[in-house]
Amino acid sequence: MNWELLLHQVLAGLATGGIYACIALAVVMIYQAIDHLNFAQGEMAMFSTFIAWQLMNWGCPYWVAFVLTIAISFVGGLAIERIVFKPIHDAPVLSHIVVFIALFSIINSLAGWIWDYTIKEFPTPFGTRSLIGDGLISAHDGGMIGVTLVLLLLLYLFFRHTRIGLAMRAAAANPESARLAGIRVGWMVALGWGMAAAIGAVAGMLIAPVVFLEPNMMLGILLYGFAAAVVGGLTSPGGAVIGGFSVGVIENVAGTFIPYFGRELKLTIALVLIVAVLLVKPSGLFGRTVVSRV
Amino acid sequence: MLLHRIGLTATAALGVAALVVGTTVAEKKYDTGATDTEIKIGNTNPYSGPASAYGTIGKTITAFFNKVNAEGGINGRKVNFISYDDGYSPPKTVEQARKLVESDEVLFLFNTLGTPPNTAIQKYMNSKKVPQLFVATGATKWGDHKDFPWTMGWQPTYQAEGHIYAKYLLEHHPQGKIGILYQNDDYGKDYVKGLKDGLVGKMPIVAELPYETTDPTVDSQIVSLKASGADVFFNVTTPKFAAQAIKKSAEIGWKPIHLLNNVSQSVGGVLQPAGLENSKGILSSYYLKDPTDPQWKDDAAYKDWVAFMEKYYPEGDRTSTFPVYGYTASQTVVQVLKQCGDELTRANVMKQAANLKDLSLGMLLPGVKINTSATDWYPIKQMQMQQFDGQRWIPIGPILSGELSGT
Amino acid sequence: MEAAPAAIEATTAATPSVVRLPPAQAVIGGLTLARWRQLAIIAAVVVAVVLPFFVKNFLVFQLTLAIVYALAILGLNLLTGFNGQFSLGHSAFYAIGAYTAAIMMDKWDIDYYWTLPVAGVVCLVSGFLFGLPALRLEGIYLALATFALAIAAPQILKFSPLEHWTGGVQGIVVIKPDAPFGLPLTSDQWIYFFTLGVAAVLYICAVNLVNSRTGRAMKAIRDNAIAAGAMGVNVSLYKSLTFGVSALYTGIAGALGAVVAGFVAPDSFTFTLSIQLFVGLVVGGVGSIPGTLFGGLFALFAPNVAESVSKGLAGAVYGVILILVIYVMPSGAAGLVRLIVSKLARSER
Repeated sequence: MNWELLLHQVLAGLATGGIYACIALAVVMIYQAIDHLNFAQGEMAMFSTFIAWQLMNWGCPYWVAFVLTIAISFVGGLAIERIVFKPIHDAPVLSHIVVFIALFSIINSLAGWIWDYTIKEFPTPFGTRSLIGDGLISAHDGGMIGVTLVLLLLLYLFFRHTRIGLAMRAAAANPESARLAGIRVGWMVALGWGMAAAIGAVAGMLIAPVVFLEPNMMLGILLYGFAAAVVGGLTSPGGAVIGGFSVGVIENVAGTFIPYFGRELKLTIALVLIVAVLLVKPSGLFGRTVVSRV
Repeated sequence: MLLHRIGLTATAALGVAALVVGTTVAEKKYDTGATDTEIKIGNTNPYSGPASAYGTIGKTITAFFNKVNAEGGINGRKVNFISYDDGYSPPKTVEQARKLVESDEVLFLFNTLGTPPNTAIQKYMNSKKVPQLFVATGATKWGDHKDFPWTMGWQPTYQAEGHIYAKYLLEHHPQGKIGILYQNDDYGKDYVKGLKDGLVGKMPIVAELPYETTDPTVDSQIVSLKASGADVFFNVTTPKFAAQAIKKSAEIGWKPIHLLNNVSQSVGGVLQPAGLENSKGILSSYYLKDPTDPQWKDDAAYKDWVAFMEKYYPEGDRTSTFPVYGYTASQTVVQVLKQCGDELTRANVMKQAANLKDLSLGMLLPGVKINTSATDWYPIKQMQMQQFDGQRWIPIGPILSGELSGT
Repeated sequence: MEAAPAAIEATTAATPSVVRLPPAQAVIGGLTLARWRQLAIIAAVVVAVVLPFFVKNFLVFQLTLAIVYALAILGLNLLTGFNGQFSLGHSAFYAIGAYTAAIMMDKWDIDYYWTLPVAGVVCLVSGFLFGLPALRLEGIYLALATFALAIAAPQILKFSPLEHWTGGVQGIVVIKPDAPFGLPLTSDQWIYFFTLGVAAVLYICAVNLVNSRTGRAMKAIRDNAIAAGAMGVNVSLYKSLTFGVSALYTGIAGALGAVVAGFVAPDSFTFTLSIQLFVGLVVGGVGSIPGTLFGGLFALFAPNVAESVSKGLAGAVYGVILILVIYVMPSGAAGLVRLIVSKLARSER
């Protein structure tokens, strides 16, 4: 057993896990708002990152572009909800999912058409010098984990200690009662979308320096992000973050050390493990169990 | 009255004579898809889906034929180039290929992209006797003219490239231990086979790690490769993952002899994002001129290509080698059609394609020529090994030929 | 650390269509609804049988593929529309069916028609086995588990030790059959009729299934699993069985698809296919059997239409088409038809 390699893979897994944790937060955010997973989340994050890249290309300094992109993404998310989803408010749930798929297709295609498919460099404000383990976790990886934890803290404070956060939780939990209590449910949902889009934008801008910016960069990551959010428990942002790190580490370790299958079936093994977790804890590791009223 | 009769007979005789003369002199022969004024050519490319980066090749070819038509066409005929999206999904390729052959009635298919897509339509094309010409994949099987006389490849095969690298290693680093990173699909596996065949077991392969195109990064594999003790790195990756691999290797301080497959050798598209300093010393091979290599700045053929891009495909990425690929492949097929003259039958198209002698095209590296014959259906077999010096690719050694013991 | 209490009511993944059809005796334009339905079926059958002789071979080929997709969507519909279990993993069952057929035809020289029942049985078993552990999962969690299945399938198909059977990344080429007994049909036409016949049989079985006691149990589980259980329905058994039957349908569709396309490769069965089937399901109408026909046609032709509008932005056009379709028919084509029919019937009174 090569302990050094194990340690290295764990560290590398934490670095990649930071990516998954970040996007998992956005997934949880949207789930809180609308009780569903948004397939287009990754594409929206990618598009936001392209906007940032374009702004920097036009001469904006990094932090200006960063803040601007978050603002634009927030407004964009809000707008998409109000414009695209309002007309189908009463449609069955599955139809909503088809619209998510449609959004995915539109955003991906648009990005490829505007910025084409060659990879682009995206700068990092944290620098690339090594932080831990001789390059296994770079300063940027550390910065990404740090930002993710900060976002996590902000979300926690928002939902637990602000009135709007409370209103949003109420609107998602029981729209009818919330409306009776005077909460503008429609705008709560839109706000949720905006926040999810903003978080996604941050995630995209942190991820792009590592994986390089191109229209298809988020597909695989979103997959892992979903898995991480689900295994952590979709009602728990903290769980999502832990889920993200776990998925990163498990994937690396399984891929490296499981003989015969590990090399080629890395993703399969990771997903099987996640499903196994779900079978034991059907609402995820930290999620609230669902109580259904007959 | 008699005069009138004679006149009539004479006219009739003249008419018949003219008819006879007319048919023997003109000797035009057409199959479906070719007329006096038009040649219809079909193509499938992945314009959507995970392989959409390659779609730029199809767009380059479309632009090229726009140029050809603007300049008068081929032997006076305009080219009608019809290209459909198959999303790199074989069932869709079958559908689109059938549409091109049966509905759009093209003369032949040109530069259809991808090994599984082309495998899916190979039997169909050969049973319909429609050329599947200059397919855009490096798989070795496309040169099998005995079993599939209507299918021909164009670029040097992946296995040939693997052979060339094997030869280089055996000559310059015979004591090395090899670690391989490869894309887990037909293209990746073909390269690995080529290297292994060329090494004939003379050098150990201490790690052979695949990745999927849905993997976010290849960092984990690079970490494992370093830990395996490999000091030679055979890097079979597409541009995005190549850049990641180069960057991560530098970050963790792994400096092996680095052999990079030529799909990802673009300076602007891969080495620059990965870091020019990090890419110093990387070895690769190629047969086309890299448009971001400063040594071609004043080259006449390069300037022609730039002019073409500016006029006909301005939104194309001039740092990528894909448009160079599309441009040169199109020039090859134009040569074939020119050689066909007025005999635009499918059989003649294949015949002329197998009859290219020392064809020299602008964006091919100096010394690389296209050659085909009745027994040799691999148009480009030569490649130049090169090494990156931090700024451009420096050729090392002579132009090599990747021999393949006939398929 | 939680940030919001979970919903008080469990969210089921599928809500049944709200619009109910008027009773069969309702009259529109002089004929009862039941009579209209009979006429529609007859008309559809006549068109389906006569069409291949009047259109190009290529269109026949496309229609055959559309029927294959419709059958696959029917499989998905049985699970999601009639039983309320959300699946994003049906591309895996389609792949299992396709590879079963291809391996049998390629390695053992077995004729294509025998591959169908075998593919069906293999998928029935694998679907049932997958359905068993999936019993504990609901909604989003089930979606992820099935999604994992869809992602895993191509990886497993590429797995090197299995290469001898699956052909690995190179896939398996399948020889397309010609019309038997020297019938004056082209290969395309013969495959079309064969597919049509198989599909017709399976459709009739499906209709019988959903209208039987088993079907009512399935639908009861969809509408309210706890109540169904309280009334004596063996929820676990029916849910797993439905998974199996659903996989059987999609698997047979996959086997047919392999014969039609003449080729199988891991790249043909990515989760994109699952998404396509899902979209076809919703567009046709969740919980509607005739709707799957529309879904199959949509799955095949919509991307082509999008491409013809704009090559560079085909994906965006496709997305816009999807959104418009959902706006116009939020409950799918079947939902729209029901709406129109009930309006017409009402206005006659």
